[in-house]
Amino acid sequence: MTALQNFAFGVVPYIAGAVFLVGMYWRYRYDAYGWTTRSSQMYESRLLRIGSPLFHVGILLALAGHVLGLLVPASWTEAVGVSEHVYHVAAVTFGVIAGLMVAVGLSILIYRRRTVGRVFQVTTRMDKIMYVVLVGTIVLGLFNTFAINWLNITGEFPDGFNYRDSVAIWFRSLFVFQPDVAAMTVAPPSFQLHAVLSVLLVALIPFTRLVHIFSAPLGYVARPYLVYRSRDPQQAGARDPRRGWEPVRRS
Amino acid sequence: MTRVMAQVGMVMNLDKCIGCHTCSVTCKQTWTNRRGVEYVWFNNVETRPGLGYPRRYEDQEEWKGGWRRTKRGKLALRSGSRWHRLTQIFSNPKLPGIDDYYEPWTYDYDTLISAPPMDTTPVARPKSMITGKDMDIRWGANWDDDLGGTAETGHADPMLKGIEDQVSFEFEKAFMFYLPRICEHCLNPSCVASCPSGAMYKRTEDGIVLVDQDRCRGWRMCVSGCPYKKVYFNHRTGKAEKCTLCYPRLEVGQPTVCAETCVGRLRYIGLFLYDADRVLAAASVEKDTDLYEAQLDVLLDPNDPEVIEQARRDGIAEDWIEAAQKSPVYTLAKKYRMALPLHPEYRTMPMVWYIPPLSPVVDALKNSGHDAEDAGNLFGAIDALRIPVGYLANLLTAGDTDVVDGVLRRLAAMRSYMRDINLGRDTDESIAEAVGMTGEDLYDMYRLLAIAKYEHRYVIPAAHQEAASALEEAPGCSLDFEGGPGMGQTTAVGEVRPVPVSIESFHLTKQRALAAEHAELPEAGGDRA
Repeated sequence: MTALQNFAFGVVPYIAGAVFLVGMYWRYRYDAYGWTTRSSQMYESRLLRIGSPLFHVGILLALAGHVLGLLVPASWTEAVGVSEHVYHVAAVTFGVIAGLMVAVGLSILIYRRRTVGRVFQVTTRMDKIMYVVLVGTIVLGLFNTFAINWLNITGEFPDGFNYRDSVAIWFRSLFVFQPDVAAMTVAPPSFQLHAVLSVLLVALIPFTRLVHIFSAPLGYVARPYLVYRSRDPQQAGARDPRRGWEPVRRS
Repeated sequence: MTRVMAQVGMVMNLDKCIGCHTCSVTCKQTWTNRRGVEYVWFNNVETRPGLGYPRRYEDQEEWKGGWRRTKRGKLALRSGSRWHRLTQIFSNPKLPGIDDYYEPWTYDYDTLISAPPMDTTPVARPKSMITGKDMDIRWGANWDDDLGGTAETGHADPMLKGIEDQVSFEFEKAFMFYLPRICEHCLNPSCVASCPSGAMYKRTEDGIVLVDQDRCRGWRMCVSGCPYKKVYFNHRTGKAEKCTLCYPRLEVGQPTVCAETCVGRLRYIGLFLYDADRVLAAASVEKDTDLYEAQLDVLLDPNDPEVIEQARRDGIAEDWIEAAQKSPVYTLAKKYRMALPLHPEYRTMPMVWYIPPLSPVVDALKNSGHDAEDAGNLFGAIDALRIPVGYLANLLTAGDTDVVDGVLRRLAAMRSYMRDINLGRDTDESIAEAVGMTGEDLYDMYRLLAIAKYEHRYVIPAAHQEAASALEEAPGCSLDFEGGPGMGQTTAVGEVRPVPVSIESFHLTKQRALAAEHAELPEAGGDRA
């Protein structure tokens, strides 16, 4: 366990978490106007129609898999009669399916973003930074699922790497503020890097279009079709001048 | 039980539209001269027959906008159930692309003055306002203006359904008119119903449909949901934007920019009182052709004492009730039944109404050498010229030609009846009787439609924002309201009311102008406060 690992798995997650929380509050409070998916579908629809649903459904499946793998302890699944082997087979199967969807979808989306002039024009610097971290995270995740847990190309883990005995323990330990860095350092380097990049990605969310994750409009199914709202008297006509900008009092 | 609500509505008299696009240009200058909305025209003027903007937006088989009536008689969004639409959130299947509108462009004007000396004249090349690169201009917001190119594209007009074999785009046989369009501010808006975020809403006070820019998340479902395609996606901010009916102007009693600047003076703005509890039932009637009548039934008579009583109970202010009684849009839509809703078959209960143009009929008569102001000739021509009537019916009455016939006959009667007056002849009451009206009605209608004075066209009560306006007018004293103890300030030359700088309204201007007429003001140089 090096100092670098200590920093990466014991300190960075908290910095990232704080940046995420404060950042989200700041964004919601001061940039509600900028809180959007920033869709580019108007410019290009054909590729998006294939790539976007593939990617999004795949990434949601992957997210569900991560919740199951990281937040649910192995003892719980065993208690309901799911053996380690069965869990592993299921996890790899769904992981491979989700991984393929994400890989294909993301490839289409990146190809589209780079080659369709109109779409590339509206790509911001934050988009590009976010893309690098997101793609890095996903590539490492795919590598972990395909190369290590499924095909075992390193020959180290014939039954797949049991991240539930290591990564998951570290991940859960973060939330009780007792980071178990040692549990993480036994993982293969690709797992460690995947974790570091994911943590970075969390810190990036408030400053990118990824905020749209938190606007999933689930309330839509429950609300009445038509929305009525009263005129806000505070916003009627000209605005109340901001502090320091009140006009000179005329007498 | 009724629930009375107020709705600001507009009527456009298509007979007077000369297709000058002033409304579009002034609207654009006011609202959409920003990045991200270069392609957006909250107000656009279409030549019909024509494809419209965006192209073929009226083909709901394709775009799935608006509502439909299910087999069980319920109203459902044409684009499917809520769950179904949520599954499509990752890519909207029915979103018009930028090319369905047009790719906005500008010209490289700088070349004209910065080009070095050369043999040929420098050319300002078109540049895409999206990519900034050279582009070929292939379509625009009013590409088929004045039937330009319709010999090739006109047959794709969705409104020719059922009459396609009768319509000719040969120059000699063509007919056309202009259709200015803004947001319909529907009573039953399908864009609002489509918005997953709940960011779109209908204002309780005046029925204006707006997008909350802070709550819009850019899902674009409203663009697909609106059958008129009058919600637009700002591709820079990632938010939906739409015609606001110039609510900051309406709130202070001014007409919208499009109406104020209309050269033909063909727009009317006023209030409707309607029964909010009956809207759903009216929008769900079985036959498309019954929707027009159902929509009229939702509108309440503002002079009915029961309606007035209920309106008061529902919190509608006295000056709003009074404005509803003087409303030109109510008069035109319900009293005279001259104005028709655009595409009632979308079941959104649109609140921008159109008086169908008689001019295609008049032109045809005149061109064939007949007296185009003779009532008999006009009535005969309306019956004989089925093509314009059929087309207008597809546009305004879900295909019911009888309703359009009736409106055109009343317009024709007004035209003939007034000719006698203008020529100093005795009026012919039989003309009025032929269309079930009285000569007096025809004359009143003529005053409203032909003379169309400013104060008759726009009857707009200011919003009740006493509390808010006190905040913005710096010299305002808290007791300084109309009739309040602190009203105005008394000076040596009499009462001087503070002039608000932040709002200037038609009513205020008028009040001051009238006050100036009656007050004897001191000579210049007097002791003015």
